[in-house]
Amino acid sequence: MTEILRAVAVAPFQDMAGSPAFLVEVLIGGVFAGLMYSLVALGFVLIFKASGVFNFAQGVMVLFAALTLVGLMERGVPVAVALGLTTAVMVALAFVIERLVLRPLVNQEHIILFMATIGLNFFLEGFGEMAWGANVKKLDIGIPDRSFMVQGVQVNELELTAALTSAVLVVILAVFFHRTRIGRALRAVADDHEAALSVGIPLKTIWVIVWSVAGLVAIVAGIMWGAKSGVQFSLSLIALKALPVLILGGFTSVPGAIVGGLIIGVGEKLGEVYWGPLVGGAIENWFAYVVALAFLLVRPQGLFGERIIERV
Amino acid sequence: MIYREAGQFKTSYGADQAVFPIWQDRWFVLLGVAAAFIVPPLLADEYWLQAVLIPLLVYALAAIGLNLLTGYAGQLSLGTGGFMAVGAYSAFKLTTAFPQVNILLVFLLSGLVAAGVGLVFGIPSLRIKGFYLAVATLASQFFLIWLFNKMPWFVNYASSGTITAPNRTVLGVLVTGPNATAPMRYLVALALVVAGALVAKNLVRGRVGRSWMAIRDRDIAAEIIGVHPLRTKLLAFGISSFYCGVAGAELVFLFLGSAETLAFDINQSFLVLFMVIIGGLGSILGSFLGAAFIVLTPIFLTNAPHAIGLSLPVALLKQIELMVFGGLILFFLIVEPHGLARLWQIAKEKLRLWPFPH
Repeated sequence: MTEILRAVAVAPFQDMAGSPAFLVEVLIGGVFAGLMYSLVALGFVLIFKASGVFNFAQGVMVLFAALTLVGLMERGVPVAVALGLTTAVMVALAFVIERLVLRPLVNQEHIILFMATIGLNFFLEGFGEMAWGANVKKLDIGIPDRSFMVQGVQVNELELTAALTSAVLVVILAVFFHRTRIGRALRAVADDHEAALSVGIPLKTIWVIVWSVAGLVAIVAGIMWGAKSGVQFSLSLIALKALPVLILGGFTSVPGAIVGGLIIGVGEKLGEVYWGPLVGGAIENWFAYVVALAFLLVRPQGLFGERIIERV
Repeated sequence: MIYREAGQFKTSYGADQAVFPIWQDRWFVLLGVAAAFIVPPLLADEYWLQAVLIPLLVYALAAIGLNLLTGYAGQLSLGTGGFMAVGAYSAFKLTTAFPQVNILLVFLLSGLVAAGVGLVFGIPSLRIKGFYLAVATLASQFFLIWLFNKMPWFVNYASSGTITAPNRTVLGVLVTGPNATAPMRYLVALALVVAGALVAKNLVRGRVGRSWMAIRDRDIAAEIIGVHPLRTKLLAFGISSFYCGVAGAELVFLFLGSAETLAFDINQSFLVLFMVIIGGLGSILGSFLGAAFIVLTPIFLTNAPHAIGLSLPVALLKQIELMVFGGLILFFLIVEPHGLARLWQIAKEKLRLWPFPH
């Protein structure tokens, strides 16, 4: 019994204290991984905030954006033009989704809309692969993938770029949400659909905008993930990675997605490196969920979610 | 004209509270069940039984289970695959440890094990609601699958990591294992699903079902009028997991024959949830219709190009299948968000008025 207790509660911390440089490396790896998760989680948050739709298809949107970009570049389109075209495709997608899926389902229960996005998930998956092919592709838009040492700690340039990109993205989104006219309208819609409609905010336009923005976030996430691990089907599974981030940070909070991503990323790496071997490894699939669950038991609305006030 | 309850007076409480108070319904269901027991084993060939009817029945049972939890008690769960895995693996462990125990009893016992696990993973539902809960139940899905993958004890230290259905008999007839005939396996699955549906039908119209629906519709109001949320939610998780566990055991023992954890991955959870929603939330009949839809559509999509003499590359076919499947789900949700069961209700309404339009 004491053996087990020691292995779980003491030995990992001794390991950490034993080689601080390695610990820092693990932590940095966790931070970067977390920011990558945040990029995906951001797309979820945007759509949930503005339309109350739990968009399960966000992961596939990331895949779809990356596939489109790579597909265009493979056909010899220059990077800048390809990026522009991909953006156009994602905006067009937002229009189509709003017109064909959201509008007929307006006022339905949340679970129905959730199911609809899973249907969308299947459709986009098939469509993307049909249009661009299913084999693994390399995405290279000139982000260097080299590692360098800072005071004995290994840092990867690609991960650094991803971290900076998501930081910039969050700042832009924060400004967009709080300082612009459309941002205010978005928040109004998120707060109360009917009240927003009654003061003349066009709900349908707002939905198209928010799905477009989620599409843009998907492009960024697609570039980062695609550069890291190639553009392939498994990219759509990162949605499952982003979900614990989402419930940890709260469905409605942009900063929550970032902080949640960091906690999950760091927690996951620490758990995997120091506690994983105790139970035979490969715990990254569920460890994040358990971390998120533990937080949720204390705060059911997530770290930054709006406080749930319940009335009869 | 034909389908009309006018003139059917109930003269006793028993008659008033019958499961099917209208005699047309009663006879329709009875004849349907009788036909299901007699016709397919005599007429259907091996392919139909093995590839269509057996999975349909197994999934219908799982869908009933999830419908009790999501449709009646309002707790969105994405852990169905995990609970099915618990049923399958405990059935395997039980029947290899105690070969003399009747396999049907083993199914029920493994359902109980799944119910126990479901209770544990239902605990967060007391504090977490809605989509937060849905994501939290994913934890059970991933954790359970990981556990079954990691611990060789669950597969009796088989190097292949798979569980295989051994030969087991009921009343001297082989029902599981590689040598069991498809009609026998079909009959066992049918008997179990009929029993399960009957119990579920009775559960949801009684005190338990009403407390579930009260929690679903407005949990705080339900609590105020004296519905115990802890007991009610956990009961829903337990009973739902029982059904899923039995269905999981059936999936391996009656349908697949042998399986690894891959058979119970997250897609399985989504499939069962689709069945519940396409079929109709809060409807036992809907669980059957949804299961039929989800089982039949891919089979139809795979065979349709052959039937019209079109030969496409396999990869393209797979992608088209995905697209059409996703598209159909969207289509059905938009056309009838309350599911196929609602269409059946509308049909009954029309039958009642026929031949008059109003």
